[in-house]
Amino acid sequence: MVHAVFMFFAVVAVLSAILTITQRQPVGAIMWLIVTMLSLAGIFTLLGGFFAGVMQVLVYAGAILVLFMFFVMLLQLRHKESDIRGPLGWILALGISSALVVQLTGLGGYSAGRVAEELTRAPEIANPALVLPQAAEVLRATEARGVVGAVAAPMFQQWLVPFELTSVLLLAAIVGAVVLAKRRL
Amino acid sequence: MPVFAPELIGPSLMLSALLFCIGVAGVLLRRNAIIVFLCVELMLNAVNLTFVTMGQLHGMSGQVIVFFVMSVAAAEAAVGLAIILSVFRHRATVDLKHVNLLQG
Repeated sequence: MVHAVFMFFAVVAVLSAILTITQRQPVGAIMWLIVTMLSLAGIFTLLGGFFAGVMQVLVYAGAILVLFMFFVMLLQLRHKESDIRGPLGWILALGISSALVVQLTGLGGYSAGRVAEELTRAPEIANPALVLPQAAEVLRATEARGVVGAVAAPMFQQWLVPFELTSVLLLAAIVGAVVLAKRRL
Repeated sequence: MPVFAPELIGPSLMLSALLFCIGVAGVLLRRNAIIVFLCVELMLNAVNLTFVTMGQLHGMSGQVIVFFVMSVAAAEAAVGLAIILSVFRHRATVDLKHVNLLQG
């Protein structure tokens, strides 16, 4: 059952991603990318990433892509010709991305047991005892503190400094966007 | 209700690779700056999927990193769209063919 639902979301995500890069109008591309992101949110939920799934819907589909949509509607672009590159672009795109697909789909053979086994065979990479016990720790933390609490604990303890740096980054982005978008400096 | 689905790890990594490559193909194929940006967002999402997948094995930090990736993506979208806007004011187009000042 879980596998069937996963396959449904995966097929929807891939098809809408392909439609995203082949749409001529930016508005259509944004709409299809929203479909991709919503199905990715479903997959996150299937994988146990409830927090990531909710953030995906709220922040990505809800905020970032709406920003893109506002932007496209403000610009009033006119499209007379297609902006897809010529034959050289096609060759580059298909060549590079299919080489990447071949390399990366080697990851598809991975499973929990195999990751543990490989780490056992190469003990200098990491302590093999840490791999699967951590998976059990995730389940226990979710059981004990709830979905959000289990994410909040590492975020505000182990990752506190990066979290605070994020606020500096966002402040810099706000200032940068305002300065760049001003008509006259 | 915690979910642990180790049998989905392989397929998820494969899907993530596929989505990343579709994003790369889009960046190489299109000249519309907005769609190039959308493809970058697609690649970031593919990487997020990898983080959530491996987070099942390596602890909750995977989802914390997804949060950071999302805030970096938001910052990047704000600054990038402002840059596209100022290019549009000068050139009245977002086609990257016409943005060639550095070509000499």
